[in-house]
Amino acid sequence: MAISMTPAAEQHVSRHLANRGKGRGIRLGIKTTGCSGLSYVLEFVDNQEPDDQIFECGAVKLFIDPKSLAYLDGTELDYVKEGLNEGFQFNNPNVKEECGCGESFHV
Amino acid sequence: MALLQISEPGLSPEPHQHRRAVGIDLGTTNSLVATVRSGTPETLPDKQGRHLLPSVVHYGKGGEIQVGSAARRRLVENPLDTLASVKRYMGRGVEDIARLGSELPYQLVDSDNGMPSFQTAGGAISPVAASAEILEALEQRAELALDGSLDGAVITVPAYFDDAQRQATKDAATLAGIKVLRLLNEPTAAAIAYGLDQQDQGVIAVYDLGGGTFDISILRLTRGVFEVLATGGDSALGGDDFDRAIAEWIGRQAGLPDALDPSQQRMLLEAARAAKEQLTEQQQVDVAAAGWRGTLGREQLGELLKPYIDKTLRACKKAVRDAGLEIGQVDNIVMVGGSTRTPRVREQVAQLFGKPPLVDLDPDRVVALGAAIQADILVGNKPDGEILLLDVIPLSLGLETMGGLTEKIIHRNTTIPVAKAQEFTTFKDGQAAMAIHVLQGERELVSDNRSLARFELRDIPPMVAGAAKVRVVFQVDADGLLSVTAKELTSGVEARVEVKPSYGLSDEEVTSMLKASYTHAKEDMQARALKEQQVEADRMIEDLTAALAADGRELLSEEEYHCLEVALKDLRSLASSEDHRLIARHIEMVAKASETFAARRMDVSIKKALSGHHLTDFDEQ
Repeated sequence: MAISMTPAAEQHVSRHLANRGKGRGIRLGIKTTGCSGLSYVLEFVDNQEPDDQIFECGAVKLFIDPKSLAYLDGTELDYVKEGLNEGFQFNNPNVKEECGCGESFHV
Repeated sequence: MALLQISEPGLSPEPHQHRRAVGIDLGTTNSLVATVRSGTPETLPDKQGRHLLPSVVHYGKGGEIQVGSAARRRLVENPLDTLASVKRYMGRGVEDIARLGSELPYQLVDSDNGMPSFQTAGGAISPVAASAEILEALEQRAELALDGSLDGAVITVPAYFDDAQRQATKDAATLAGIKVLRLLNEPTAAAIAYGLDQQDQGVIAVYDLGGGTFDISILRLTRGVFEVLATGGDSALGGDDFDRAIAEWIGRQAGLPDALDPSQQRMLLEAARAAKEQLTEQQQVDVAAAGWRGTLGREQLGELLKPYIDKTLRACKKAVRDAGLEIGQVDNIVMVGGSTRTPRVREQVAQLFGKPPLVDLDPDRVVALGAAIQADILVGNKPDGEILLLDVIPLSLGLETMGGLTEKIIHRNTTIPVAKAQEFTTFKDGQAAMAIHVLQGERELVSDNRSLARFELRDIPPMVAGAAKVRVVFQVDADGLLSVTAKELTSGVEARVEVKPSYGLSDEEVTSMLKASYTHAKEDMQARALKEQQVEADRMIEDLTAALAADGRELLSEEEYHCLEVALKDLRSLASSEDHRLIARHIEMVAKASETFAARRMDVSIKKALSGHHLTDFDEQ
């Protein structure tokens, strides 16, 4: 089981955590919803859940619950710019198909 | 693949339900749009990486419209069709603009609704329409950056903006298709950007020296609640004046005549602006214009700017005084506006307040950043609930009562949102309608205040004077917009008015109206006393005349009747005199003279009411 981040993602997460002034790291997860089954969760973490698995990427801690980890194994979190738009992107090898806009997916 | 942002715990959006909210600083000289991404507010650049959008709109012959830098480049060659600083004209009347117009190279035309427009190659353009173009350009930029349409925006306005100016700003947003989450006062936005809302309490001075306006605001923060204690400033003072002062200096050095054509003026101004900007980094700069070459140093610049900076410092002192505070009680000073980059400005402000001002955030962007934070909360991306922002109304709101007097309903410096009610009654028997005249200002006489709106409450059922109960409610919402409702309580008839822009008030006028209310305090009191006595005299004349006509002959002897008639005639001739004491004395005399008459009338009406009834009838009641 492994989760990773690109340097760009790590840098942006660090900056946002510093700006926020609190938070132990970020949570990666999936929830069952959306037009194509699953969607991603990307949140700041203030409280750790008992079953959380923690991955350390440089200075940043990634918190993932066991159920989500099954769908996210091997995922790399990236930070990309597309024109004026910019944000985080999950490069998830488990995804079989996505809805048109890519906001939800199947495994 | 859609790009994601980090959310607060538990607030990850559902797919396709991202709430995109922005803060927009619609400035006189430059405008900006900002948003919160992964918890961090940031201003959004255009494709060329420029964050500031010059608030300039160019209207071409073929109907093409340019906004921003492209439009600003047309200012020199085509000043008539290129509108700059339109914020100054938002919500203003024809006369106000005509007064400013002599200094500016625009052709004004009246339009049907009383709002003035600028004549351009692209037709007559209102300030609202030009502002809408700027807002739309920012909206497009934000939608590209956020990859979708906006759910709402917080747009900032100066704290002193009146109802008309706020409404004009909202109209511009509507025209641009933007949903306004809230209008937010610029100084409050700046304080939020510095995170000062996270403190427990404190007094914050926001010194905002922009391109065309200077505003000083004194805010008090108590447990996360902002209250604007006082505002002051000058809507015709800013970096543009700095540029003009420098341009005039360059003109003098270059031996140019005083009267220049618009293009030459613009050229000198460009040179002046460049010199000013370089002097924030360097001690002195080379200047060249119209064949002349020379140098301008910081000292010389300081001398040129001194009258303007001094003016801002005087306004600061006054605002602190208005807030009922001492200079030393100000905990933080927030610097806003590009002109606060000028080193001399920072030095002087630090000296006045006795502490260094906050300058870490880009003074051009700080207002937009704060607005973005507020927008993020209002659109529901934050768990902490809404920051409650309290603002104050700059001038008292009231209505006209008999005799042309102003009755204040909501007093100046009341925090908003606020609703206040007062009951009024009819003046004449059988009065079927009541005119409500909504006023703004501090003076006693209607004619000295500003008229905001007029409307009528109709269909009041016939009643004797004083029996109707008309409840008038003044409500000012969080955006500072006023609505007035009048309701006759016995019948339930109701009428209301949203204060629609009644254009024509600037903040200098606010200031001068305030000043006038102080300097004219004594004569105002006398004028009020006089009017009150005149109204009282009129009422008495009317009542007594009616009573005499009704049953004077029956109840009074010839002599008594004659005596009252004479007293009445005296009062009538005096009613329009200027001496309120004299009128009061005569009212007293008439009242005394008619006591017997009144007593007899009372007896008669009681007898009438009682006759034909048995005593037990009254016991039961």
